[in-house]
Amino acid sequence: MIDSDPIYGRAWVFGDEINTDTMAPGLYFKEPIEVMARHCLEAVDPEFAASVKPGDIVVGGSNFGVGSAREQAAMAFRELGVGAILARSFSRIFYRNAINFGLPLLTLPADAEIRAGDLLEVDPVGGTIDNTTLGKRYAVEPIPAHLMTMIDAGGLLPWLKDRYAKPQKF
Amino acid sequence: MAQTLVQKIIARAAGQDVARCGEIVTCNVDLALLLDSGGPRRIWPRLKELGAGVWDPDKIVLMTDHFVPAVDAQSAAILKLTREFACHFGIEKFFDMKGIGHVVLAEQGLLQPGMFAVGGDSHSTNGGAFGCYMAGFGAIEMTGVVVTGQIWLQVPETIRVDWFGEFAKGVVAKDMSLYLCRELGMDNAFRAVEFGGETVRSMGMFERMVLTNMAAELGAETGLVEPDDITLEAIRAAGVEPAADALEWRSDPDAVYLARHEFDAARLVPQVAAPHRPSNSGPADDYCDVAVDQAYIGACVGAKHNDLQMAAEVLQGRKVAPGTRLLVAPSSQQTMALAAADGTLATLVEAGATLLPTGCGACAALGAGVLAEDEVCISSTNRNFQGRMGANSSRVYLASPYTVAASAVMGRIADPREFL
Repeated sequence: MIDSDPIYGRAWVFGDEINTDTMAPGLYFKEPIEVMARHCLEAVDPEFAASVKPGDIVVGGSNFGVGSAREQAAMAFRELGVGAILARSFSRIFYRNAINFGLPLLTLPADAEIRAGDLLEVDPVGGTIDNTTLGKRYAVEPIPAHLMTMIDAGGLLPWLKDRYAKPQKF
Repeated sequence: MAQTLVQKIIARAAGQDVARCGEIVTCNVDLALLLDSGGPRRIWPRLKELGAGVWDPDKIVLMTDHFVPAVDAQSAAILKLTREFACHFGIEKFFDMKGIGHVVLAEQGLLQPGMFAVGGDSHSTNGGAFGCYMAGFGAIEMTGVVVTGQIWLQVPETIRVDWFGEFAKGVVAKDMSLYLCRELGMDNAFRAVEFGGETVRSMGMFERMVLTNMAAELGAETGLVEPDDITLEAIRAAGVEPAADALEWRSDPDAVYLARHEFDAARLVPQVAAPHRPSNSGPADDYCDVAVDQAYIGACVGAKHNDLQMAAEVLQGRKVAPGTRLLVAPSSQQTMALAAADGTLATLVEAGATLLPTGCGACAALGAGVLAEDEVCISSTNRNFQGRMGANSSRVYLASPYTVAASAVMGRIADPREFL
């Protein structure tokens, strides 16, 4: 879940319009998330799912997560231990899904310079990205305040648990 | 304060007089569409975890479309669980194997102008053709809706797209959508797109649904068409009386739009979107040297009754080229019945088409019609992302049913105007 601690990790850099069909391929759609995650982005980078380390940071171009509503696209990154996703822009449903799973997404400024393998330090609440390899710091829009209440609760599910759980038949 | 249609619907759903763009509001949901894909199989375990039930079974519509008919034990289990969910929670609006959810919603007259509706599938934007707000959300958020009946939104700005002039022969709504993906781009997140102008006004609901369906490819929150007599006729045809205030759901004349675009439908030619993105579109003529292994008429966007009729118009008295296969998956059982009754299915089958069951199927590599490595498909569906319809090296070109059918006859991508 998102918390106020900074996230450190190595950058995995992808291009524009990386879509949800490549993150959670239809061919594995009925498989559990552990299986599906092993195929995450294989059409774009066959090494990614096998080589990404917990805490690593995915960096995309414009419209990251374009495509379907499948939440497994966001879940796959969490399953792989990705610490944060940075992109020039995000697709709407992917953005909402990722935040709801406690995966921090931050929008990169146009001048941000990040290369594959650069070491990054990301502060989602303070709104900064440090490229420690290049010694550059970028200011970004922090996670919006209205989402912080949910995030403080630990994500959408715990937030619901606090507020709406009531005895029902099962 | 002057408002666009989407602002008015959101304001009403949030219990406010106005909804200002950028404002964050919590809306009461009038209708929630759950599908077998991201519905009960993902939501039910979370309800158990929460110890919560469903907020209002009458406002939930449940359909099976992604995994029907079951092709293996996994899909069979998903469908079984979906049916049990309907029974357990008393979901009366459960449509099992009746067709693709977005199309069945319209057939059943479940959408009304001014409604605030959400769906667990990105092409839920389809419903906006009825002048309602309808947008797609992930299963985690649909869980929240199912429990609370509410969802938060940031009120979107609206882009207005007006079309004028008459289509040339062989040019249809799908060509508009592919053209718009190129012109407006696919990065319109958290914006609504409102379609209008005389061309859109003269279009039937099936064509309008193509525009709003592919608002998803524009990346938009939703796509909308202001309601008119054609909208009301479609609701009545489904056996439902339109809401008394239906025609009042319009944008104010002085509403502020983020941008306004005007396009000339008369100048539009048949479009093809090349791999691997819907915005990679251009005139069909530019792709006439591309040989196709598979031609596919299917999906919510591309296999309604009129879509099958388009294909039949091209295929009447012609045959699918040797070495090419044409697969047709009607988008609903009602479509299937209408196309059977008027001879459309017979024309398709006589031309050599293989008829597939109703459902999402090959569009998302979930059912019959999956592509092998390096195969090329021309498809009346809405997405051609890498691996979307099968193997990673397969290539999908998007086009109208006219263009798909013409390409099936030629065995390579073809401009349908020569066939009409």
